[in-house]
Amino acid sequence: MVGAFACLLLVSLVPLPFIVALLAVMVITAVLGALIERVAYRPLRQAPRVSAIITALGCGLVIQNTTLSLSPYARPMPRLFESRTFEFAGVTLNSLQLFIIGVSGVLMLGLDFVIRKTDWGIALRATASDRATVPLMGVPVNRVISLTFAVGGALAGAAGVLYSQAYPVVGAAMGALIGWKAFVAAVIGGIGSIRGAVLGGYILGVVEVTTVVVLPSTWRDLIAYSLLLVILIFKPNGLLGSAAQQKV
Amino acid sequence: MSEVVLSVGNLTVGYGDIRAVKGISFEVQAGEIFTLIGANGAGKTSTLRALSGMLRYGGTVCLNGRDLRGLAAEEIVTAGLAHVPEGRRVFGPLTVLENLKLGAWIRRSQRAAVAADLERMFTFFPRLHERRDQLAGTLSGGEQQMLAVARALMSQARLLVLDEPSMGLAPKLVKEIYAVLREINREGVTLLLVEQNANLALRLADRAAVLETGVITLAGESAALLQDARVREAYLGA
Repeated sequence: MVGAFACLLLVSLVPLPFIVALLAVMVITAVLGALIERVAYRPLRQAPRVSAIITALGCGLVIQNTTLSLSPYARPMPRLFESRTFEFAGVTLNSLQLFIIGVSGVLMLGLDFVIRKTDWGIALRATASDRATVPLMGVPVNRVISLTFAVGGALAGAAGVLYSQAYPVVGAAMGALIGWKAFVAAVIGGIGSIRGAVLGGYILGVVEVTTVVVLPSTWRDLIAYSLLLVILIFKPNGLLGSAAQQKV
Repeated sequence: MSEVVLSVGNLTVGYGDIRAVKGISFEVQAGEIFTLIGANGAGKTSTLRALSGMLRYGGTVCLNGRDLRGLAAEEIVTAGLAHVPEGRRVFGPLTVLENLKLGAWIRRSQRAAVAADLERMFTFFPRLHERRDQLAGTLSGGEQQMLAVARALMSQARLLVLDEPSMGLAPKLVKEIYAVLREINREGVTLLLVEQNANLALRLADRAAVLETGVITLAGESAALLQDARVREAYLGA
């Protein structure tokens, strides 16, 4: 939601090319992510785990309602991407859809690489597994966590921009449902596993679309959340999750 | 000739109203092995955690003449003190190699030097080489202890602080780890060792101090302490 609004604001002030706007929004939401960590999470670092969940919900409420007070009505999003429709092997596609798939693919592979292969990625995973011991390695824990939130913010910003191109109406509440679905996808895949979250996202997406085709479309969320319950019953750690892992 | 690496003056550590360390002073000299022995709850771990910036403390801690007060734990590693924590604390979801790389965080830009040090660790601990792509959480206790020591050495700190490296390990593994500690020390790394296993620690160390409920009650050459009647009765079971 912030990503989409930031994009709307940017392009209404300066006519930016789409890619530039996307990158600029990612920078803005990265800064916001790091700021949220500093203000809302760091003071609760030693608090019980549930406090982090409460502060997350609280941040969401503050941001949503701030936006609502500034812009009470949904606004149309201008098309920034020249989209052409074509048919391929009997499937109708447009170039925007392909672009979205491409950008998210690049971002997912990039994130996977950073977390698996780079020094920061190793430090991040170590922090997730045993935050108290990481400083003994000379690793500045606070900076690792700030960077993690910045990366998360940048990715969410990119998602907001891409989503608002596919569904070009931006409103304060647009992110809430997406956020819940992202959470469901992460639980399905296994909290703590990034590849699992990607897998969970695709499973959820396919299940939703298939439901709409086969059953009345109002059943969509019922089926999606039932899937979540079934997975929680049979695989409480998600498809790719392991019991020992935890989120930063 | 005997240059002081670590100087601890009137150190106090407390948890709320409980004073775990009640004003202890000692010095560790360059190139030596110094050990603090004592029973459970004597304040050994608290002392080490204060030294590496994990706990607030009173008194002074100087490393190579530099006052460590106010430094964050990660800055103390850069200052040259590496800590092998109690209970090993290796990063379970990371591979052996990743654990070692993380130990070299403060000099991660010196890729060649880090790679050379990795090889050095693998000659100290061939078993880690065999298991370098295995998750650290799947290693045995002894292997994890080896990894914890190697990980600390990767920082190239000149002072290595070890918290009960023998805890919970089979005698054969303890022997193996102690042999490596001796070797590391021969290469010029100063060791500050905390142990409950007094017999073992006193045989390895040059000098020692006995910690009892937060106070140093006895200090001197370890050879002398091994012969001391009080130490023999209280810690060596003789």
